Amino acid sequence: MTSQVSSHAEQADSAVVGGQRKPSGDGGKEVRRLDRVIIRFAGDSGDGMQLTGDRFTSETASFGNDLSTLPNFPAEIRAPAGTLPGVSSFQLHFADHDILTPGDAPNVLVAMNPAALKANIADVPRGAEIIVNTDEFTKRAMQKVGYASSPLEDGSLDGFHVHPVPLTTLTVEALKEFELSRKDAGRSKNMFALGLLSWMYHRPTEGTESFLKSKFAKKPDIAAANITAFRAGWNFGETTEDFAVSYEVAPAAQAFPTGTYRNISGNLALSYGLVAASRQADLPLYLGSYPITPASDILHELSKHKNFGVRTFQAEDEIAGIGAALGAAFGGSLAVTTTSGPGVALKSETIGLAVSLELPLLVVDIQRGGPSTGLPTKTEQADLLQAMYGRNGEAPVPIVAPRTPADCFDAALEAARIALTYRTPVFLLSDGYLANGSEPWRIPEVDELPDLRPQFAHGPNHTLDDGTEVFWPYKRDPRTLARPWAVPGTPGLEHRIGGIEKQDGTGNISYDPANHDLMVRTRQAKVDGIDVPDLEVDDESGAAELLVLGWGSTYGPITAAVRRLRNAGQQVAQAHLRHLNPLPGNLGEVLKRYPHVVVPEMNLGQLATLIRAKYLVDARSYTQVNGMPFKAEQLATVLKEALDG
Amino acid sequence: MADTTTTHSSGQTRREAQTPARTLLSLVPKAEAKQSMKDFKSDQEVRWCPGCGDYAILAAVQGFMPELGLARENIVFVSGIGCSSRFPYYMNTYGMHSIHGRAPAIATGLASSRRDLSVWVVTGDGDALSIGGNHLIHALRRNVNLKILLFNNRIYGLTKGQYSPTSEVGKVTKSTPMGSLDAPFNPVSLALGAEASFVARTVDSDRKHLTDVLRQAAAHDGTALVEIYQNCNIFNDGAFEALKDKQQAEEAVIRLEHGQPITFGVDQAKGVVRDPATGDLRVVDVTDANRAQILVHDARSASPTTAFALSRLADPDTLHHTPIGVFRSAERPVYDTQMADQLDTATEQNGKGDLGALLTGNDTWTVVG
Ligand code: SF4
Repeated sequence: MTSQVSSHAEQADSAVVGGQRKPSGDGGKEVRRLDRVIIRFAGDSGDGMQLTGDRFTSETASFGNDLSTLPNFPAEIRAPAGTLPGVSSFQLHFADHDILTPGDAPNVLVAMNPAALKANIADVPRGAEIIVNTDEFTKRAMQKVGYASSPLEDGSLDGFHVHPVPLTTLTVEALKEFELSRKDAGRSKNMFALGLLSWMYHRPTEGTESFLKSKFAKKPDIAAANITAFRAGWNFGETTEDFAVSYEVAPAAQAFPTGTYRNISGNLALSYGLVAASRQADLPLYLGSYPITPASDILHELSKHKNFGVRTFQAEDEIAGIGAALGAAFGGSLAVTTTSGPGVALKSETIGLAVSLELPLLVVDIQRGGPSTGLPTKTEQADLLQAMYGRNGEAPVPIVAPRTPADCFDAALEAARIALTYRTPVFLLSDGYLANGSEPWRIPEVDELPDLRPQFAHGPNHTLDDGTEVFWPYKRDPRTLARPWAVPGTPGLEHRIGGIEKQDGTGNISYDPANHDLMVRTRQAKVDGIDVPDLEVDDESGAAELLVLGWGSTYGPITAAVRRLRNAGQQVAQAHLRHLNPLPGNLGEVLKRYPHVVVPEMNLGQLATLIRAKYLVDARSYTQVNGMPFKAEQLATVLKEALDG
Repeated sequence: MADTTTTHSSGQTRREAQTPARTLLSLVPKAEAKQSMKDFKSDQEVRWCPGCGDYAILAAVQGFMPELGLARENIVFVSGIGCSSRFPYYMNTYGMHSIHGRAPAIATGLASSRRDLSVWVVTGDGDALSIGGNHLIHALRRNVNLKILLFNNRIYGLTKGQYSPTSEVGKVTKSTPMGSLDAPFNPVSLALGAEASFVARTVDSDRKHLTDVLRQAAAHDGTALVEIYQNCNIFNDGAFEALKDKQQAEEAVIRLEHGQPITFGVDQAKGVVRDPATGDLRVVDVTDANRAQILVHDARSASPTTAFALSRLADPDTLHHTPIGVFRSAERPVYDTQMADQLDTATEQNGKGDLGALLTGNDTWTVVG
């Protein structure tokens, strides 16, 4: 798709699909069919926009559209009301075909107050629909964000299709049978808005109603009030003249392979991947973690699954989080620590110890804007070189990066495979966009999952010259170069390990220069020799001159941009790295095939630096560090420029 | 805690009268054959300076271990960085020599995931109280089942002689040519303030006392902190001489025994009483008139208040009136036990985890080809 707005305006016959409540196509209201829609809900941090977006997403997922979401919220829990920094938004892109990104520009903006309008209007193209809560457009509220006159009246929204709706008043009116103050009743205005949008886009509603019932199970009055507001919003769409048209976006049946699907966010998929890895490895899962945005949700999620034998330890700090995990790894657990960039900085020394001890350990970094505290709730990919090199000494650590929210599941299993097979810490580099974004996920069959069971050491592995059988903790598997994993409790294998350099084989302390040289090179060779699949290149015609190489969460925007170019008749090759260390064995050969290589990244060119150094190719870096994912249109333009030379 | 199982090895009937019978040691498998001190010596050459107090502590620990009768493979020593932290290399058990200050955190992960292990932490005053202070206090407040041996020599040895967080004020060292400025920690006071359930102090050169304290620490359910005054004969020689010199020690050392009046000195002529005005403790000459007021040591008191007051009796400069022995040995919920209990409860309530059901969730749709 190259244009959202035109497709939005396409007309279609008025067959209606959906859940139990259906807009009455025969009530004189027109129904148009669209192939895709981008909606952005925006309001104050306290307006419940994330919840509203989540609910609309669930409705959309259960309807069977393909979808992609982009929550965007301030770091402050309750930023000052009515201000620009306090605006929280949730963008959802859904379609009757497969899509890759949360969309560049909304077709519909729901603005709950003047701040939400002001903060988002620049992203909204002319012709789009804007639903505003007129109750909040008071003189004071408008002045607070610098509107000298009302944008609803001064013509500044000419060219948009504006629906002025007194959402608060209508909600309060709908709830008058409940004994609630105006303020309390007004709180349900997000559910009114959700009801209205659900009507507009023929979303099934029963899921939201049962969600509200269970969310407020202990407060049935509040549940009933929210459901009433939700239905009132739906009915408002059905009856009011201002909303003359409703839209349907057919399920994306063609886009999905056969299977059972659910909607899933990156952090949830990653958590499930860890639980699955523990089961597939037949090892108890141990998470040592310290709360940090945007990784804490993994700690929350795993702490719910104690009946899977999952132990979660909320430590006193980041260092203790990884320390406890490493202790559990020594004891034979599948050990994990979860964090974000600042936490990785604190864990560096312990990661180095894990490199030296050669124990399996997953270090999950949900990257956010940096340096220092940076932008805690925004996304970035700027920890790549920290993961790669951010330790004292030569301390190579494998790196795996998921490409989409659902892919976090598979990436977690892959990181566990490497850690367990090669007895090494492994970085799993996700980011804020993947963590909070969501998409449909084909639920795997449990018996499709890889077997990750490790071999523990059970007896001596070395014969001394005098014929004595002994256990050498640093005698390696010749194929993987992994050392044996002998857990405490195994008789006869008592041994001591530590961060001081060890003698090859025996593991005894050794300050011998030649031995150190050997051990440094051996640890590097072990990581370099990790079995990773070759990089697949998507080059339909085989005639492309330009390769776009990405890693991590840029997969969606890059793929969408490449599609646009191909639709416009251009030849572009695309490849996306899951393994950043070691890089796939064929990468050098792939890079040399293309005269032009562009590497888009949400940092200042970290992967580009790596591959330029390693392969001596003139890769061109294209970067953005504004805390947001790339827009497909913008990437398409850049790639077009690269093509045109 | 149930008072039924006596888990430690034989020959301790007298002890059992003093120490409540504990249960967590019973989770650690027993050795099949009788052990000797030799079984706990590794093949590694010990590399402390000749005359270092660490040798005596190592010998005492290796000598005590057979008494526990635990399977050697189920014992783990974890250390940080410093002279004392080389300790695990010399024990023929599992061991980890980790990084500076982090041993309590690493041991927490091990102990809380493997309750069949007897986990010991060996640390020093710099390792435990400076760079690793945070981990120490949090291990103590959680009451993880760890035995922490804190070798206190009041100096940095491995980095060749800088003052440490237990050095007396005004200490002249390489890094403090005009004398150190910062007030020292009292490790026992610190541990009690951090909610430690077991706190003891002993001295490297007193093998019998050291062994007795180790025995009580090993039997304790939860974190046991044992401060061991250790002589660094290279950089801080004689730091504890006041407690070791026969003549001085009589007046300097107060031996704490649970259930016994706290008296010391020649003929036990001195005693500790509570000042009725301040509630604080002070040392008095014991007379017939005040004999009844002499404080009886209660290590098992639920309140750490008196134990804390005892820890403040010592003069940090002269070490006069230094109590040694077990200050506190109280029952408190143990972190790893409760963690295991939560896993059991979750399984009882929700059944054993079903991965397929977890992945599927409640909100699915099906695409048919
Ligand atoms: S420097 Fe001091 S503490 Fe370290 S080994 Fe030598 S004597 Fe012992």
